[in-house]
Amino acid sequence: MSKKKSHMPEILSDPEKHAAATRPEKQRNRNNRIFRGFCVGAAFSSVGMLVLLILTLLGLGVGELTKTFLSNPPDPDPAQAGFFPAIMGSIWLLVLVPLLALPAGVATAIMLEEFTPRKPVLKRIHSLLQLNITNLAGVPSVVYGIIGLTIFVSMFGFAGKSGESMVEWGIRSFDQFYSETDQVLLVPVDGPHAPEAVLTEGLEALTTSGEKVRIHVIGEDAPWPEDEELSLRTLRDYDTPGRVHDRSWYYFRVPFGRGILTGALTLMLVILPVIIIATQEALRAVPYSLREAGWGLGLSRWQTVWRVVFPSALPTVMTGTILAISRAIGEAAPLLMIAGIVFITNPPGNIMDDFTAMPLQIYNWAQRPQQEFHDLAASGIVVLLTILLCFNAIAIIIRNRSNKALS
Amino acid sequence: MNGLKKNSEKGAMPNAIEIENFNAWYGSFQALKNINIGMEKQQVTSFIGPSGCGKSTLLRWINRINETVPTARTEGAIRVNDSNVLDRTVDPVALRRRVGMVFQKPNPFPKSIYENVAFGVRLHMKVSRAEVDEIVEWSLRKASIWDEVKDRLKSSALSLSGGQQQRLCIARALALAPEVLLMDEPCSALDPIATTKIEDLIHTLRERYTVVIVTHNMQQATRVSDYTAYMYLGELIEFGETEQLFTAPKDQRTEDYITGKFG
Repeated sequence: MSKKKSHMPEILSDPEKHAAATRPEKQRNRNNRIFRGFCVGAAFSSVGMLVLLILTLLGLGVGELTKTFLSNPPDPDPAQAGFFPAIMGSIWLLVLVPLLALPAGVATAIMLEEFTPRKPVLKRIHSLLQLNITNLAGVPSVVYGIIGLTIFVSMFGFAGKSGESMVEWGIRSFDQFYSETDQVLLVPVDGPHAPEAVLTEGLEALTTSGEKVRIHVIGEDAPWPEDEELSLRTLRDYDTPGRVHDRSWYYFRVPFGRGILTGALTLMLVILPVIIIATQEALRAVPYSLREAGWGLGLSRWQTVWRVVFPSALPTVMTGTILAISRAIGEAAPLLMIAGIVFITNPPGNIMDDFTAMPLQIYNWAQRPQQEFHDLAASGIVVLLTILLCFNAIAIIIRNRSNKALS
Repeated sequence: MNGLKKNSEKGAMPNAIEIENFNAWYGSFQALKNINIGMEKQQVTSFIGPSGCGKSTLLRWINRINETVPTARTEGAIRVNDSNVLDRTVDPVALRRRVGMVFQKPNPFPKSIYENVAFGVRLHMKVSRAEVDEIVEWSLRKASIWDEVKDRLKSSALSLSGGQQQRLCIARALALAPEVLLMDEPCSALDPIATTKIEDLIHTLRERYTVVIVTHNMQQATRVSDYTAYMYLGELIEFGETEQLFTAPKDQRTEDYITGKFG
């Protein structure tokens, strides 16, 4: 500022030179049109591809989209084959994955963004964590399948072999006897690995209807009792039982095995970095002045984060989470490592149950040689897309509701 | 408006804020150098000075909100009603209930108008719904915004104009019944009409509160404050009654600044 130039540059002061140096508007306007055209074209081509994809799928799959398909279990006969266990498996995942991933992801992001450490050592760890998470977001999902396999399925082998369980809750075990008259008698035992029940007169047992009876034991050659009541609870002394288990809805075991909880935990690992990064971005977008407002009003750091900053970030967090979960539900690779291609006919009854999911079933059908199964796979994709779109719609409605309440 | 400013009790009140041998740093940069100043109860004290002179830093240390800056540290004492707020045993959360703050940019919470005021009250006190209602109405009246918002307490605070938002922020601070109210350039983001309203408001606030205001606007300092402090490069150059400081400054640097020779 000190050196003030007294003369205006000639190119600005001389009208002729100024006019000659001015860029023609026509060219600029043309460039503007070309670029806009390119952007519109790109946008429409991606939408066009999506429409084409959906139309193709509908053409292939709608024919098979019957009530049988939606309510039957898979079957070697394509006409009888259904999608039901896979649909239920995916819905379980759709509930479990956000429940596991959201708290962990949001808490991590809050720690990284809002509770940045000041000590040099902690700062190092902080930036190391940050670097790790950014890298993890780029790891292929099949890798998480292997992690899930070692950590959740077998727990590094520390908790026994993968097929067995070290600790179990919510399970009742029985020794099941078949009498000569095809009567089933269940003798309760202490645990899944308890020694076999010894047949004695008066041993307590349950009938299939849940009625309590006392077992009557007779020898090999003894005549079968004629009394109807007695006949129902009679066994011969050489009868041998088979072990059966009754798992309640809250059944839980360690290690987790190849159940739906393991599937959900593995998918959680897949989307956790995405959720963390999305939440961090959302928190960063909240103006600093809002944090100061909280602190200035005597809110603790935690109260400021939880009552002021996070609610403002929530809509963006939700958007990131919705996208991440949509991706997780469509994942086949990591689940393939966990659940494999197994023949499952029942929807999961507890979080430890074996399961299959829609992408797995689709994959299973698509790799078969028969065209009928390929059509089933197309129908499966239509169902998968429909369920995903419904989930997205619901999540977006919830998000917009909470958004409206805020602004 | 000038008539309102003069307070017959001037000089009669004890000090609400005492700052002694106060130094502040950001990393290795010393932002404040040996500040000694006392601010009277129920008076308005304004801090003026060019950008970067440390006046905002000083204000932001009075309620310790500056300790959220990672590299900030201090020496010396700031006493608010005889308790040293820089003492480690003083809980910043409790301190900020006693020392309210209004920021440069209006920063209402993205909640309803009512909730903006009620929020802090509920966090600090056990109160019935009727008591909260009473406090909210009183605070909004005190911040002279009640008449403008009484029919739409449930609508979002972000729907208000900038000036209204700033008065809402003042109401929010008043609702905690603070002993001191700190204002960091409260009008710099506002238009002249909104500024006038806030300045009028400051006049009424001094009946009950000790107000400390940082301003870039020297006219504003003359309009609202009883005492003025001039700061330059982290030092307190001159402090005195507003009228005296602006009409007969003792220090040459103060005179240069207020007459516009520099800054």
